Amino acid sequence: MSEEYRKPLPNIDDTSRPYWEAARRHELVLQKCRDCGHYRYPAGATCPHCLSDKLEWVRVSGLGTIYTWTVFHQVYHPAFAQDAPYAVVAVELDEGPRMASNLVDCKIEDIQVGMPVEVVFDDVTAEITLPKFRPRTS
Amino acid sequence: MTLKDKCAIVGLGYTPQGKVPGRNAMSFYLEASKNALSDAGLNIRDIDGILVQPCLTDPRVTAFGLAEEMGLDLRFGADQQLHGASSCAIIQHAAMAVDAGLCDYCLCAFAEVSRSASPPAGIVYQMAGGTNAAYGMFGVAASYAMIARRYMHEYGVTSRQFGAVAVTFRKHASLNPIAQMREPITIEDHQNSRWVVEPFHLLDCCLISDGGRALIVTSAERARNLKQPPVYIMGMGQGHPFNDPLKRQILTVSGAAESGKTAFSMAGISPKDVDMCAIYDAFSFVVPMQLEDLGFCGKGEGGAFVEEGRIALGGELPTNTSGGLLSEVYIQGWVGTHEAVRQLRGDCDERQVPGAEIALVTSSGGVLSTHTTVILRK
Repeated sequence: MSEEYRKPLPNIDDTSRPYWEAARRHELVLQKCRDCGHYRYPAGATCPHCLSDKLEWVRVSGLGTIYTWTVFHQVYHPAFAQDAPYAVVAVELDEGPRMASNLVDCKIEDIQVGMPVEVVFDDVTAEITLPKFRPRTS
Repeated sequence: MTLKDKCAIVGLGYTPQGKVPGRNAMSFYLEASKNALSDAGLNIRDIDGILVQPCLTDPRVTAFGLAEEMGLDLRFGADQQLHGASSCAIIQHAAMAVDAGLCDYCLCAFAEVSRSASPPAGIVYQMAGGTNAAYGMFGVAASYAMIARRYMHEYGVTSRQFGAVAVTFRKHASLNPIAQMREPITIEDHQNSRWVVEPFHLLDCCLISDGGRALIVTSAERARNLKQPPVYIMGMGQGHPFNDPLKRQILTVSGAAESGKTAFSMAGISPKDVDMCAIYDAFSFVVPMQLEDLGFCGKGEGGAFVEEGRIALGGELPTNTSGGLLSEVYIQGWVGTHEAVRQLRGDCDERQVPGAEIALVTSSGGVLSTHTTVILRK
Protein backbone atom coordinates (compact mmCIF):
# COMPACT_ATOMS: atom_id res chain seq x y z
CA MET A 1 0.00 0.00 0.00
CA SER A 2 2.75 2.45 0.95
CA GLU A 3 4.44 1.93 -2.42
CA GLU A 4 1.37 3.16 -4.24
CA TYR A 5 0.58 6.07 -1.97
CA ARG A 6 1.99 9.20 -3.64
CA LYS A 7 0.30 12.02 -1.73
CA PRO A 8 2.36 14.07 0.72
CA LEU A 9 2.62 12.64 4.23
CA PRO A 10 2.51 14.71 7.43
CA ASN A 11 5.73 16.15 8.85
CA ILE A 12 6.18 14.25 12.10
CA ASP A 13 8.60 15.50 14.74
CA ASP A 14 9.13 14.80 18.44
CA THR A 15 6.43 17.29 19.38
CA SER A 16 3.71 15.92 17.13
CA ARG A 17 4.62 12.21 17.29
CA PRO A 18 2.07 11.31 20.02
CA TYR A 19 -0.72 12.70 17.82
CA TRP A 20 0.25 10.42 14.93
CA GLU A 21 0.84 7.40 17.14
CA ALA A 22 -2.66 7.85 18.55
CA ALA A 23 -4.12 8.24 15.06
CA ARG A 24 -2.57 4.90 14.17
CA ARG A 25 -4.51 3.42 17.10
CA HIS A 26 -7.60 5.19 15.70
CA GLU A 27 -7.74 7.68 18.54
CA LEU A 28 -7.88 11.46 18.21
CA VAL A 29 -5.76 13.17 20.85
CA LEU A 30 -4.92 16.82 21.51
CA GLN A 31 -2.57 18.59 23.86
CA LYS A 32 -4.42 19.99 26.89
CA CYS A 33 -2.90 22.51 29.28
CA ARG A 34 -2.80 21.22 32.85
CA ASP A 35 -2.79 24.76 34.17
CA CYS A 36 -5.62 26.45 32.26
CA GLY A 37 -7.37 23.63 30.40
CA HIS A 38 -6.78 25.10 26.92
CA TYR A 39 -6.61 22.60 24.02
CA ARG A 40 -4.10 23.29 21.27
CA TYR A 41 -3.67 22.06 17.68
CA PRO A 42 -1.29 21.66 15.95
CA ALA A 43 1.12 20.43 18.60
CA GLY A 44 3.55 22.81 20.23
CA ALA A 45 5.82 23.23 23.22
CA THR A 46 3.71 25.62 25.31
CA CYS A 47 0.13 26.67 25.88
CA PRO A 48 -0.63 29.76 23.73
CA HIS A 49 -3.22 30.81 26.32
CA CYS A 50 -1.05 30.92 29.47
CA LEU A 51 2.47 29.93 28.28
CA SER A 52 2.51 26.92 30.60
CA ASP A 53 4.70 24.05 29.43
CA LYS A 54 2.60 21.50 31.30
CA LEU A 55 0.79 20.02 28.31
CA GLU A 56 -0.65 16.53 28.35
CA TRP A 57 -2.05 14.47 25.51
CA VAL A 58 -5.70 13.62 26.08
CA ARG A 59 -8.18 11.73 23.98
CA VAL A 60 -10.93 14.00 22.66
CA SER A 61 -14.46 13.37 21.45
CA GLY A 62 -13.72 13.42 17.72
CA LEU A 63 -16.88 15.46 17.31
CA GLY A 64 -17.05 18.84 15.64
CA THR A 65 -18.70 20.98 13.00
CA ILE A 66 -17.64 22.34 9.62
CA TYR A 67 -16.36 25.88 10.17
CA THR A 68 -15.53 26.62 6.55
CA TRP A 69 -14.30 24.80 3.45
CA THR A 70 -12.87 25.17 -0.03
CA VAL A 71 -12.99 23.11 -3.20
CA PHE A 72 -9.78 22.57 -5.17
CA HIS A 73 -10.14 22.67 -8.94
CA GLN A 74 -6.55 23.75 -9.44
CA VAL A 75 -4.20 20.78 -9.06
CA TYR A 76 -1.15 21.75 -7.02
CA HIS A 77 0.23 18.25 -6.58
CA PRO A 78 0.02 15.49 -9.22
CA ALA A 79 -1.18 12.90 -6.72
CA PHE A 80 -4.39 14.90 -6.23
CA ALA A 81 -5.17 15.18 -9.96
CA GLN A 82 -7.51 12.19 -9.89
CA ASP A 83 -9.43 13.67 -6.94
CA ALA A 84 -10.09 17.15 -8.36
CA PRO A 85 -12.44 18.77 -7.73
CA TYR A 86 -12.01 17.82 -4.08
CA ALA A 87 -12.90 19.58 -0.83
CA VAL A 88 -10.70 20.51 2.10
CA VAL A 89 -12.69 21.35 5.21
CA ALA A 90 -11.86 23.22 8.41
CA VAL A 91 -13.41 21.27 11.26
CA GLU A 92 -14.03 23.07 14.54
CA LEU A 93 -13.68 20.39 17.20
CA ASP A 94 -16.02 20.47 20.19
CA GLU A 95 -12.92 21.05 22.35
CA GLY A 96 -12.12 24.27 20.45
CA PRO A 97 -9.25 23.88 17.96
CA ARG A 98 -9.87 23.88 14.22
CA MET A 99 -8.09 21.55 11.83
CA ALA A 100 -7.87 21.14 8.08
CA SER A 101 -9.05 17.74 6.91
CA ASN A 102 -11.14 15.90 4.33
CA LEU A 103 -14.70 14.63 4.50
CA VAL A 104 -15.61 11.07 3.61
CA ASP A 105 -19.09 9.82 2.71
CA CYS A 106 -20.18 13.32 1.70
CA LYS A 107 -20.70 14.90 -1.71
CA ILE A 108 -19.20 18.34 -2.29
CA GLU A 109 -22.64 19.83 -2.92
CA ASP A 110 -23.85 18.63 0.48
CA ILE A 111 -21.17 20.42 2.50
CA GLN A 112 -22.48 23.22 4.69
CA VAL A 113 -21.03 25.47 7.35
CA GLY A 114 -22.15 24.20 10.75
CA MET A 115 -22.63 20.62 9.58
CA PRO A 116 -21.97 18.16 12.46
CA VAL A 117 -19.15 15.71 11.76
CA GLU A 118 -17.26 12.93 13.55
CA VAL A 119 -13.74 11.66 13.14
CA VAL A 120 -12.87 8.56 11.10
CA PHE A 121 -9.42 7.14 10.48
CA ASP A 122 -7.88 6.53 7.08
CA ASP A 123 -4.88 4.17 7.18
CA VAL A 124 -3.16 5.62 4.14
CA THR A 125 0.11 3.69 4.61
CA ALA A 126 1.33 1.00 6.99
CA GLU A 127 2.78 3.74 9.21
CA ILE A 128 0.50 6.72 8.72
CA THR A 129 -3.16 7.17 9.55
CA LEU A 130 -4.93 10.43 8.69
CA PRO A 131 -7.82 11.57 10.87
CA LYS A 132 -10.68 12.53 8.53
CA PHE A 133 -14.34 13.30 9.16
CA ARG A 134 -17.78 12.16 8.06
CA PRO A 135 -21.23 13.69 8.54
CA ARG A 136 -22.99 12.78 11.78
CA THR A 137 -26.44 11.42 11.10
CA SER A 138 -27.84 11.22 14.60
CA MET B 1 4.56 63.54 20.02
CA THR B 2 2.52 62.44 17.04
CA LEU B 3 4.08 61.80 13.64
CA LYS B 4 1.10 63.42 11.90
CA ASP B 5 2.27 65.46 8.89
CA LYS B 6 5.90 65.36 10.03
CA CYS B 7 7.13 63.48 6.97
CA ALA B 8 6.33 63.23 3.29
CA ILE B 9 6.75 60.98 0.28
CA VAL B 10 8.79 62.94 -2.25
CA GLY B 11 9.89 60.53 -4.96
CA LEU B 12 8.33 57.60 -6.79
CA GLY B 13 10.24 55.07 -8.86
CA TYR B 14 8.73 52.63 -11.37
CA THR B 15 10.27 50.07 -13.72
CA PRO B 16 8.90 48.14 -16.70
CA GLN B 17 6.27 45.83 -15.20
CA GLY B 18 4.10 42.85 -16.02
CA LYS B 19 5.97 40.11 -17.84
CA VAL B 20 9.60 41.28 -17.92
CA PRO B 21 11.80 38.22 -18.48
CA GLY B 22 15.55 37.99 -18.19
CA ARG B 23 16.07 40.30 -15.23
CA ASN B 24 17.07 39.62 -11.66
CA ALA B 25 15.55 41.25 -8.62
CA MET B 26 18.52 43.56 -7.96
CA SER B 27 18.17 45.17 -11.37
CA PHE B 28 14.57 46.13 -10.54
CA TYR B 29 15.51 47.49 -7.09
CA LEU B 30 18.24 49.61 -8.69
CA GLU B 31 16.16 50.90 -11.58
CA ALA B 32 13.24 51.79 -9.31
CA SER B 33 15.62 53.54 -6.89
CA LYS B 34 17.25 55.56 -9.68
CA ASN B 35 13.84 56.62 -10.98
CA ALA B 36 12.66 57.62 -7.49
CA LEU B 37 15.74 59.84 -7.08
CA SER B 38 15.14 61.45 -10.45
CA ASP B 39 11.43 61.97 -9.66
CA ALA B 40 12.33 63.69 -6.38
CA GLY B 41 15.13 65.73 -7.90
CA LEU B 42 17.61 64.25 -5.44
CA ASN B 43 21.20 63.15 -5.88
CA ILE B 44 22.20 59.58 -5.09
CA ARG B 45 24.48 60.90 -2.29
CA ASP B 46 21.46 62.45 -0.53
CA ILE B 47 20.23 58.99 0.45
CA ASP B 48 21.40 58.08 3.96
CA GLY B 49 18.75 55.50 4.89
CA ILE B 50 17.44 52.42 3.07
CA LEU B 51 14.58 50.10 3.97
CA VAL B 52 14.04 47.06 1.79
CA GLN B 53 11.22 44.57 1.51
CA PRO B 54 13.06 41.39 0.53
CA CYS B 55 11.93 39.71 -2.67
CA LEU B 56 10.30 36.36 -1.92
CA THR B 57 11.57 34.69 -5.08
CA ASP B 58 15.09 36.16 -4.80
CA PRO B 59 15.81 37.00 -1.17
CA ARG B 60 19.44 37.88 -1.81
CA VAL B 61 18.72 41.61 -2.06
CA THR B 62 19.09 43.44 1.27
CA ALA B 63 19.17 47.10 2.26
CA PHE B 64 22.94 46.90 2.68
CA GLY B 65 23.40 45.00 -0.56
CA LEU B 66 21.42 47.68 -2.37
CA ALA B 67 23.50 50.40 -0.67
CA GLU B 68 26.65 48.67 -1.85
CA GLU B 69 25.42 48.57 -5.45
CA MET B 70 24.69 52.29 -5.14
CA GLY B 71 28.08 53.04 -3.59
CA LEU B 72 26.46 54.41 -0.43
CA ASP B 73 27.42 54.43 3.23
CA LEU B 74 24.24 54.46 5.29
CA ARG B 75 23.24 56.02 8.60
CA PHE B 76 20.12 53.83 8.81
CA GLY B 77 19.09 50.57 7.19
CA ALA B 78 17.00 47.42 7.62
CA ASP B 79 15.11 44.71 5.79
CA GLN B 80 11.48 44.37 6.74
CA GLN B 81 9.48 41.31 5.81
CA LEU B 82 5.78 41.71 6.58
CA HIS B 83 5.12 40.18 3.16
CA GLY B 84 2.28 42.05 1.46
CA ALA B 85 2.02 44.47 4.37
CA SER B 86 5.61 45.63 4.01
CA SER B 87 5.01 48.76 1.91
CA CYS B 88 2.96 50.71 4.44
CA ALA B 89 5.05 49.30 7.31
CA ILE B 90 8.25 50.51 5.64
CA ILE B 91 6.78 53.98 5.07
CA GLN B 92 5.95 54.06 8.80
CA HIS B 93 9.46 53.05 9.85
CA ALA B 94 11.02 55.47 7.36
CA ALA B 95 8.96 58.32 8.84
CA MET B 96 9.92 57.29 12.38
CA ALA B 97 13.61 57.17 11.45
CA VAL B 98 13.50 60.55 9.69
CA ASP B 99 11.59 62.14 12.55
CA ALA B 100 14.04 60.69 15.08
CA GLY B 101 16.95 62.17 13.15
CA LEU B 102 18.40 58.77 12.24
CA CYS B 103 18.42 59.68 8.55
CA ASP B 104 17.32 62.54 6.26
CA TYR B 105 16.25 60.79 3.08
CA CYS B 106 15.08 57.20 3.37
CA LEU B 107 14.88 55.14 0.20
CA CYS B 108 12.29 52.34 0.36
CA ALA B 109 12.30 49.63 -2.30
CA PHE B 110 10.85 46.32 -3.42
CA ALA B 111 10.88 44.09 -6.48
CA GLU B 112 8.75 41.14 -7.53
CA VAL B 113 10.10 38.70 -10.13
CA SER B 114 7.50 35.99 -9.71
CA ARG B 115 6.20 36.06 -13.30
CA SER B 116 9.54 35.20 -14.87
CA ALA B 117 11.34 33.74 -11.87
CA SER B 118 13.34 30.58 -12.12
CA PRO B 119 12.39 28.40 -10.36
CA PRO B 120 8.81 29.61 -10.89
CA ALA B 121 7.04 31.63 -8.26
CA GLY B 122 4.60 28.80 -7.89
CA ILE B 123 7.00 27.21 -5.49
CA VAL B 124 6.58 30.18 -3.20
CA TYR B 125 2.93 31.03 -3.64
CA GLN B 126 1.72 27.44 -3.84
CA MET B 127 3.57 26.49 -0.70
CA ALA B 128 2.22 23.45 1.05
CA GLY B 129 1.39 23.90 4.69
CA GLY B 130 3.14 20.93 6.32
CA THR B 131 0.59 18.46 7.59
CA ASN B 132 -2.18 20.21 5.68
CA ALA B 133 -0.61 19.03 2.41
CA ALA B 134 -1.54 15.47 3.38
CA TYR B 135 -5.17 16.60 2.97
CA GLY B 136 -4.52 18.32 -0.36
CA MET B 137 -4.41 21.79 1.17
CA PHE B 138 -1.92 23.80 -0.88
CA GLY B 139 -1.28 27.41 -1.66
CA VAL B 140 -2.11 30.86 -0.43
CA ALA B 141 -5.33 31.08 -2.45
CA ALA B 142 -6.97 28.15 -0.65
CA SER B 143 -6.39 29.69 2.77
CA TYR B 144 -7.96 32.93 1.55
CA ALA B 145 -10.79 30.85 0.08
CA MET B 146 -11.52 29.40 3.53
CA ILE B 147 -11.92 32.95 4.86
CA ALA B 148 -14.03 34.02 1.88
CA ARG B 149 -16.42 31.08 2.34
CA ARG B 150 -16.88 31.92 6.01
CA TYR B 151 -17.41 35.60 5.08
CA MET B 152 -20.14 34.59 2.62
CA HIS B 153 -21.73 32.40 5.29
CA GLU B 154 -21.71 34.99 8.06
CA TYR B 155 -22.75 38.04 6.03
CA GLY B 156 -24.47 36.73 2.92
CA VAL B 157 -22.00 38.37 0.52
CA THR B 158 -22.03 36.79 -2.94
CA SER B 159 -19.69 35.78 -5.71
CA ARG B 160 -21.32 38.40 -7.98
CA GLN B 161 -20.39 41.05 -5.43
CA PHE B 162 -16.80 39.81 -5.52
CA GLY B 163 -17.11 40.04 -9.29
CA ALA B 164 -18.15 43.69 -9.04
CA VAL B 165 -14.74 44.43 -7.51
CA ALA B 166 -12.91 42.67 -10.34
CA VAL B 167 -15.00 44.41 -13.02
CA THR B 168 -14.52 47.85 -11.43
CA PHE B 169 -10.76 47.53 -11.07
CA ARG B 170 -10.40 46.22 -14.63
CA LYS B 171 -12.27 49.28 -15.85
CA HIS B 172 -9.80 51.44 -13.92
CA ALA B 173 -6.88 49.49 -15.42
CA SER B 174 -8.23 50.17 -18.91
CA LEU B 175 -7.41 53.85 -18.22
CA ASN B 176 -3.89 53.04 -17.02
CA PRO B 177 -1.31 52.76 -19.81
CA ILE B 178 1.08 50.64 -17.70
CA ALA B 179 -1.53 48.14 -16.46
CA GLN B 180 -0.92 44.47 -17.22
CA MET B 181 -4.61 43.70 -17.96
CA ARG B 182 -6.54 46.43 -19.78
CA GLU B 183 -9.33 44.58 -21.60
CA PRO B 184 -12.66 45.39 -19.88
CA ILE B 185 -14.59 42.47 -18.36
CA THR B 186 -18.19 41.92 -17.31
CA ILE B 187 -19.77 40.19 -14.34
CA GLU B 188 -20.57 37.30 -16.69
CA ASP B 189 -16.90 37.02 -17.65
CA HIS B 190 -16.13 36.83 -13.95
CA GLN B 191 -18.79 34.21 -13.28
CA ASN B 192 -17.70 32.16 -16.30
CA SER B 193 -13.97 32.28 -15.55
CA ARG B 194 -12.65 28.93 -14.38
CA TRP B 195 -12.70 27.90 -10.74
CA VAL B 196 -9.32 27.99 -9.00
CA VAL B 197 -10.28 27.12 -5.44
CA GLU B 198 -13.94 27.73 -4.62
CA PRO B 199 -15.32 30.26 -4.01
CA PHE B 200 -12.67 31.88 -6.22
CA HIS B 201 -13.00 32.15 -9.94
CA LEU B 202 -9.81 33.01 -11.81
CA LEU B 203 -10.90 36.67 -11.97
CA ASP B 204 -11.09 36.84 -8.17
CA CYS B 205 -7.32 36.29 -7.97
CA CYS B 206 -4.53 38.84 -8.38
CA LEU B 207 -1.98 38.80 -11.16
CA ILE B 208 1.53 37.37 -11.06
CA SER B 209 4.09 39.89 -12.22
CA ASP B 210 7.61 41.19 -12.49
CA GLY B 211 8.59 44.75 -11.62
CA GLY B 212 10.13 47.04 -9.04
CA ARG B 213 8.99 50.06 -7.06
CA ALA B 214 10.79 52.55 -4.86
CA LEU B 215 9.86 55.69 -2.98
CA ILE B 216 11.65 58.27 -0.85
CA VAL B 217 10.54 59.58 2.55
CA THR B 218 11.93 62.76 4.09
CA SER B 219 10.85 65.44 6.57
CA ALA B 220 7.97 67.77 5.68
CA GLU B 221 10.39 70.68 5.86
CA ARG B 222 12.87 69.22 3.36
CA ALA B 223 10.01 68.05 1.17
CA ARG B 224 8.86 71.61 0.49
CA ASN B 225 12.04 72.43 -1.44
CA LEU B 226 12.00 69.41 -3.74
CA LYS B 227 10.82 68.87 -7.29
CA GLN B 228 7.43 67.26 -6.63
CA PRO B 229 4.51 68.52 -4.57
CA PRO B 230 4.95 66.80 -1.19
CA VAL B 231 2.49 64.12 -0.13
CA TYR B 232 2.32 64.20 3.66
CA ILE B 233 1.96 61.16 5.89
CA MET B 234 -1.02 61.99 8.13
CA GLY B 235 -1.65 58.74 9.90
CA MET B 236 -0.35 55.21 10.24
CA GLY B 237 -1.28 51.98 11.96
CA GLN B 238 -0.76 48.25 12.07
CA GLY B 239 -2.84 45.23 13.05
CA HIS B 240 -1.63 41.65 12.87
CA PRO B 241 -4.00 38.73 13.47
CA PHE B 242 -2.62 35.22 13.98
CA ASN B 243 -0.57 33.94 11.08
CA ASP B 244 -2.63 30.74 10.77
CA PRO B 245 -6.20 31.75 9.92
CA LEU B 246 -7.67 28.61 11.44
CA LYS B 247 -6.36 29.69 14.85
CA ARG B 248 -8.14 33.06 14.69
CA GLN B 249 -11.16 33.37 16.93
CA ILE B 250 -12.90 35.48 14.30
CA LEU B 251 -12.05 34.82 10.67
CA THR B 252 -14.05 37.58 9.04
CA VAL B 253 -12.55 40.70 10.61
CA SER B 254 -9.19 41.63 9.08
CA GLY B 255 -6.22 43.43 10.60
CA ALA B 256 -7.59 46.55 8.89
CA ALA B 257 -9.87 47.09 11.89
CA GLU B 258 -6.99 47.71 14.29
CA SER B 259 -4.64 49.13 11.69
CA GLY B 260 -7.23 51.61 10.40
CA LYS B 261 -8.35 52.71 13.87
CA THR B 262 -4.80 53.67 14.82
CA ALA B 263 -4.23 55.46 11.51
CA PHE B 264 -7.50 57.44 11.64
CA SER B 265 -6.77 58.39 15.23
CA MET B 266 -3.32 59.78 14.36
CA ALA B 267 -4.67 61.60 11.30
CA GLY B 268 -7.55 63.04 13.31
CA ILE B 269 -10.03 62.33 10.54
CA SER B 270 -12.82 59.84 9.88
CA PRO B 271 -13.65 57.70 6.83
CA LYS B 272 -15.98 60.38 5.39
CA ASP B 273 -12.95 62.69 4.96
CA VAL B 274 -11.15 60.22 2.65
CA ASP B 275 -11.30 61.01 -1.08
CA MET B 276 -9.87 57.77 -2.42
CA CYS B 277 -8.54 54.40 -1.28
CA ALA B 278 -5.86 51.99 -2.39
CA ILE B 279 -6.85 48.69 -0.79
CA TYR B 280 -4.58 45.62 -0.91
CA ASP B 281 -6.54 43.38 -3.28
CA ALA B 282 -4.78 40.01 -3.42
CA PHE B 283 -8.28 38.58 -3.86
CA SER B 284 -11.48 40.42 -4.72
CA PHE B 285 -13.35 39.71 -1.46
CA VAL B 286 -10.72 41.33 0.76
CA VAL B 287 -11.77 44.72 -0.65
CA PRO B 288 -15.30 44.79 0.81
CA MET B 289 -14.00 43.15 4.01
CA GLN B 290 -11.32 45.80 4.55
CA LEU B 291 -13.70 48.66 3.63
CA GLU B 292 -16.02 47.40 6.38
CA ASP B 293 -13.20 47.00 8.90
CA LEU B 294 -11.91 50.51 8.12
CA GLY B 295 -15.37 51.94 8.79
CA PHE B 296 -16.38 53.00 5.27
CA CYS B 297 -19.54 50.94 5.74
CA GLY B 298 -21.02 48.70 8.43
CA LYS B 299 -19.85 45.12 8.98
CA GLY B 300 -21.53 42.92 6.40
CA GLU B 301 -22.44 45.87 4.16
CA GLY B 302 -19.28 45.69 2.04
CA GLY B 303 -20.80 43.46 -0.62
CA ALA B 304 -23.59 45.91 -1.41
CA PHE B 305 -21.16 48.83 -1.04
CA VAL B 306 -18.85 47.59 -3.81
CA GLU B 307 -21.77 46.52 -6.02
CA GLU B 308 -23.38 49.92 -6.14
CA GLY B 309 -20.54 51.70 -7.93
CA ARG B 310 -19.26 53.62 -4.91
CA ILE B 311 -15.69 52.34 -5.40
CA ALA B 312 -15.56 53.17 -9.11
CA LEU B 313 -14.07 56.34 -10.59
CA GLY B 314 -16.89 58.85 -10.35
CA GLY B 315 -18.27 57.14 -7.25
CA GLU B 316 -18.09 58.44 -3.71
CA LEU B 317 -14.94 56.45 -2.81
CA PRO B 318 -12.85 55.68 -5.90
CA THR B 319 -10.69 52.68 -4.97
CA ASN B 320 -7.69 51.09 -6.69
CA THR B 321 -7.83 53.56 -9.52
CA SER B 322 -4.73 52.04 -11.17
CA GLY B 323 -6.43 48.64 -11.43
CA GLY B 324 -4.80 47.32 -8.26
CA LEU B 325 -3.25 43.90 -7.83
CA LEU B 326 -6.21 42.37 -9.66
CA SER B 327 -5.61 44.25 -12.91
CA GLU B 328 -2.67 46.69 -12.84
CA VAL B 329 0.23 44.56 -11.62
CA TYR B 330 1.26 42.45 -8.64
CA ILE B 331 4.09 44.30 -6.93
CA GLN B 332 2.43 43.77 -3.56
CA GLY B 333 1.63 46.82 -1.42
CA TRP B 334 3.69 49.18 -3.56
CA VAL B 335 1.01 49.33 -6.22
CA GLY B 336 -1.33 51.13 -3.83
CA THR B 337 1.25 53.48 -2.32
CA HIS B 338 2.38 54.74 -5.69
CA GLU B 339 -1.11 55.22 -7.10
CA ALA B 340 -2.26 57.13 -4.01
CA VAL B 341 0.72 59.48 -4.16
CA ARG B 342 0.14 60.11 -7.87
CA GLN B 343 -3.56 60.82 -7.29
CA LEU B 344 -2.69 63.35 -4.59
CA ARG B 345 -0.16 64.98 -6.94
CA GLY B 346 -2.90 65.23 -9.55
CA ASP B 347 -0.83 63.13 -11.92
CA CYS B 348 -3.33 60.51 -13.07
CA ASP B 349 -4.66 61.90 -16.36
CA GLU B 350 -7.78 60.07 -17.50
CA ARG B 351 -8.23 58.28 -14.20
CA GLN B 352 -7.61 61.31 -11.97
CA VAL B 353 -9.95 61.62 -8.98
CA PRO B 354 -10.97 65.30 -9.19
CA GLY B 355 -9.83 67.30 -6.16
CA ALA B 356 -8.32 64.31 -4.34
CA GLU B 357 -6.77 65.61 -1.11
CA ILE B 358 -6.75 62.65 1.27
CA ALA B 359 -6.00 59.01 0.40
CA LEU B 360 -6.01 55.87 2.51
CA VAL B 361 -3.65 53.02 1.59
CA THR B 362 -3.64 49.50 3.03
CA SER B 363 -1.20 46.68 2.61
CA SER B 364 -1.71 43.17 3.87
CA GLY B 365 0.43 40.05 3.98
CA GLY B 366 0.30 36.33 4.59
CA VAL B 367 -3.31 35.18 4.74
CA LEU B 368 -4.70 38.49 6.05
CA SER B 369 -2.05 37.89 8.73
CA THR B 370 -0.26 41.24 8.65
CA HIS B 371 -1.98 44.56 7.99
CA THR B 372 -0.69 48.10 7.74
CA THR B 373 -2.39 51.38 6.85
CA VAL B 374 -1.17 54.84 5.95
CA ILE B 375 -3.27 57.93 5.41
CA LEU B 376 -1.76 60.49 3.03
CA ARG B 377 -2.68 64.08 2.12
CA LYS B 378 -1.53 66.64 -0.41
